[in-house]
This record gives sequence, C-alpha cells and structure tokens, in this order.
Amino acid sequence: MFDDALHPTPATAGRPAKWRPATEESRLTRILLIAAALGGLAILVVAPLAVVFAEALARGAAQAVTSLTRPEATSAIRLTLIVAAISVPVNAVFGIAAAWTITKFDFRGKAFLITLIDLPFSISPVVAGLALVLLFGTNSLIGGWLVASGFPIIFALPGIVLASIFVTFPFVARELIPVMIEQGRAEEEAALTLGASGWRAFLTVTLPNIKWALLYGVLLCNARAMGEFGAVAVVSGKIRGQTATMPITIEMLYNEYLSVAAFSLAAVLAALGLLTLALKTLLEWRHADQLAAGRRH
Amino acid sequence: MHIEIDEIAKSFGSTTALHPVSLAIPSGALVALLGPSGSGKTTLLRILGGLEFPTSGRVLFDGQDATGLSVQERRAGFVFQSYALFRHMTVFENIAYGLRARPRRTRPPQAEIERRVTRLLELIQLPQIAKRFPSQLSGGQRQRVALARALAIEPRMLLLDEPFGALDARVRKELRQGLREIHDSTGLTTVFVTHDQDEAMELADLVVVMSMGRIEQVGRPQDIRARPATPFVREFIET
Repeated sequence: MFDDALHPTPATAGRPAKWRPATEESRLTRILLIAAALGGLAILVVAPLAVVFAEALARGAAQAVTSLTRPEATSAIRLTLIVAAISVPVNAVFGIAAAWTITKFDFRGKAFLITLIDLPFSISPVVAGLALVLLFGTNSLIGGWLVASGFPIIFALPGIVLASIFVTFPFVARELIPVMIEQGRAEEEAALTLGASGWRAFLTVTLPNIKWALLYGVLLCNARAMGEFGAVAVVSGKIRGQTATMPITIEMLYNEYLSVAAFSLAAVLAALGLLTLALKTLLEWRHADQLAAGRRH
Repeated sequence: MHIEIDEIAKSFGSTTALHPVSLAIPSGALVALLGPSGSGKTTLLRILGGLEFPTSGRVLFDGQDATGLSVQERRAGFVFQSYALFRHMTVFENIAYGLRARPRRTRPPQAEIERRVTRLLELIQLPQIAKRFPSQLSGGQRQRVALARALAIEPRMLLLDEPFGALDARVRKELRQGLREIHDSTGLTTVFVTHDQDEAMELADLVVVMSMGRIEQVGRPQDIRARPATPFVREFIET
C-alpha cells in the first residue's frame, strides 16, 4: 500500500494529478448522489401526488367538481378549515409562550417541560384521541355534566379542535426554541434598559426576530391540523356531514369505492398543502434580503 | 450621579456570585471593574443596571435607595458585551429606540428624535451610517452604535460590559480613547467591566479589582500598581 503511494503505477504517473477541493466529490459520485436524491423524491413525493390528481380526474373534471359540491364534501372542507382556523392560532400563542418561557427564564423542571412539549410527537394520535374520549366522554364525570348542560365535547367540534390542538402542539414551540436559544436574551435586555416595557420589548424586538421561525412553525402546524386523521377519527365519531373532517371523509368515500369523490377531496387537501408551501416560498422570495441580513449578524 | 453599593450579595441557587461587597463610586468617575471570569464583576454591573436583583444589600443613587427600582426606572445606559444591537432595525432605529419607547407625553416628536440621533451619530463620528443594518457594520462601528443607543436615553449613568472584548487590538486602543472622550464630554458616572488590566489601568480613574465574588482592592491605577493590597492583586496586575 505504501509502495503504491511512493511509486505511482505507470497509469497515473504520466499525467498530473487532478486537483479538486477537499469537500468536493468526484463527478461520478456527484451524479450518483443526485440521481438517488431525485429518484427518492420522485417515488416518495411526486408520484403519489400525481396519482392523487390523476385518479381525481380519471372520469373527467366535471365529475370531480360535482363530487366536491356534494354536501358531505363541502361540510368536510368547511369543518377542516374551521378546525385549522381555531387550532393554529391557539397553538401559535401557546407555542410562543412555551418557547419564551423555556428560552428566556431559568427554572426548576425546565427539562421536564421540554419533554412534555414533545409528548404529542411520541404518543400515538389514536391514544391521544382515546384519552380525550375517556376524559370528556358521556360516561366520564366532566363529560356527563357537559353533555347534560348541552355542550358536548366528544363527537362534536370541541373534541375535534382539542384533538387537533394536542397533536399539533409541538410544531410552533419546536421551531422557535432553537432560534430563541441562539438569539439569547441580550436584545430583550437591551430594550428593557432603554426603557421599553416587557410587552413592548416582545413586540418590537422578540417578534421581528422570530417571525420566520414562527411562520414555518405555523405552516407545519396548519398542514398537520388539516391532515390529522387518527386522533380526530377517535373523538369525532365520524358523523357524516357533521363531524367528518376531510381526511375522515376521504377514508369513508374510499371504503365505499367512490374513488373519484375520494381522490377529488384528497386533491383539494393536497392543494391546500401546496398552497401554504407556495405562500411560504413567496414570502421567502419577497423578503430574501431581510432573511440574509438576519442570518449574517 | 453618585453610586453607593452597600453590602450587596448575590447567589444563583447554591452558587455564590457575590459575597457582600460595598463600594462608593463618586459622581462623574470612570470606574473599571477588573477581574478574571467568575469574579462577579458582570453580576455587580447587572445589579447596578437593574437586570439582576441582589440577594441582599442595597444600591443607592445620589443617596436614595434604588434597590427596588426596575430596569426601566434606573435609566442606566447599558452597553452589552456583544452589543445586542437590534438586528432587524437600521442604525437610526436602534439609536431612536429608547426615545420611541417613552410614554407618549414625554416622547419627543419625530423631528426632535431625528435631530438627537443625528447629533449622537456625529458624537460617535459615524454620521453616514444611519441607514445601515447592524450586520453591515464592523465590530468597532457596532460598539460605537451601541454606545450612542445607550446615550440616547439621556442616562443617569453609563454601564459597559466588556466593551472592547470583541475587538481586535488596534481598534481596541482607538475606542478606548473614544470612550474616554465621551465620558469627559458627558460627565456621566461610568462603570465598565474588563478582564484586561492594561485597559483598566489606562482608562479608569478608579480600578476595582475583584476575585471570587469579593472586592480585593479599590484605588487609582498608580496606587494599585505601587501598592497591591493582596497577593491576588499583585499576581493579577503582573500578568
């Protein structure tokens, strides 16, 4: 082995060794890696998405649109949007509060709180849904009283919202915590020494500094809130036209072999996801200078 | 403003950052808190600024008990170690921040804010950088903007945490002179923290040598050099 290095073989001895940066791979390796990445992307992301839209339009656009105007589809879309409209802002506020508490203060049990925030990620959504049923169902103490006073939680909108909030709770906080740790407390402290109240410091210093992380968190949270199946399936009772969200309606339609209706609704759900993604890209593109300035400091 | 520190102690949980320390800072003095890291000098500075509250003891400003005053009520111009400029604001907005944060009835009108910011930019000899962002400034420029921002609130005292720590040697020398000039022209009682004994000795009227949460010696630079009070001080100023 050492001999080879000291006495190059005739094949390589003749031409000068090609110089290339230490962090760069050879041409072949690069092509293979890019092909693997694109292949994976095509199989895992592009193909399923294409299939959804293709199946939806299998019997023509007219039939897809008709299936979407049926009451069970419209009510599912409305319900999903309502659930997202409630749970996303709630989780944005909770997420900011949790990240603020964890990153700007020192207290006992902080590690425990961080674990607690991650809990929805490690617990199966179905288990979370069952826990809500046990807590607020008709047979429980609280649930019985709530149903008696005309405010049922389970098999109704509040239950679906609660389940969605639980499942999507970590997204905003998880995005914010690393950013806020990296930024430290100095800028807020500076604002306070300059006479700003805590609230003013939050609005004028903290919030502008975390707005991009907050946006990512909110978008992820929104995508998950609209797409959540397991927990919502348990608490909603799947009442058609009343408590069936888009993912649940899609499953029911699919099980009934109504494939155009199922895939049309699935396409709408996917489009909502793509829309948020486009929105994010647009914002990033329009504020590219700000993003760069924030990173360089 | 005359500052008096009366038996101030501070502990974080089970660790003691400051044993009871007492110190009188005469009005208009330029004082260095000098010591190695972990000596409690930054903690003492933060207590003066109201960013940290002492476990026991009192702080007196011009003879009045200021221990319970909030950070906003202290009106201390604070320059942070890495300057903590607001990264999403221009230099102008950074300096104007303290004026805009005032309650409506004492807030100066826009024209007055502009006039004051312009004057401060002239004072730090950077009149042309108002529209830039902190990320577009050099280390030395950032330090001077942080100083201007602190001065904008018409502070009662100036507190600086390692103001030259993040700068290279040449800029450091230049800015020392700058701080001295600003101190002399404003007459503000100024306290700065440093671990660099050259800096303390060259710049300060009064040097407070600290170690392990205690004050080892207080004196004029030449007196400390001539007569170190403890073996720690002797060793620290020699290195």
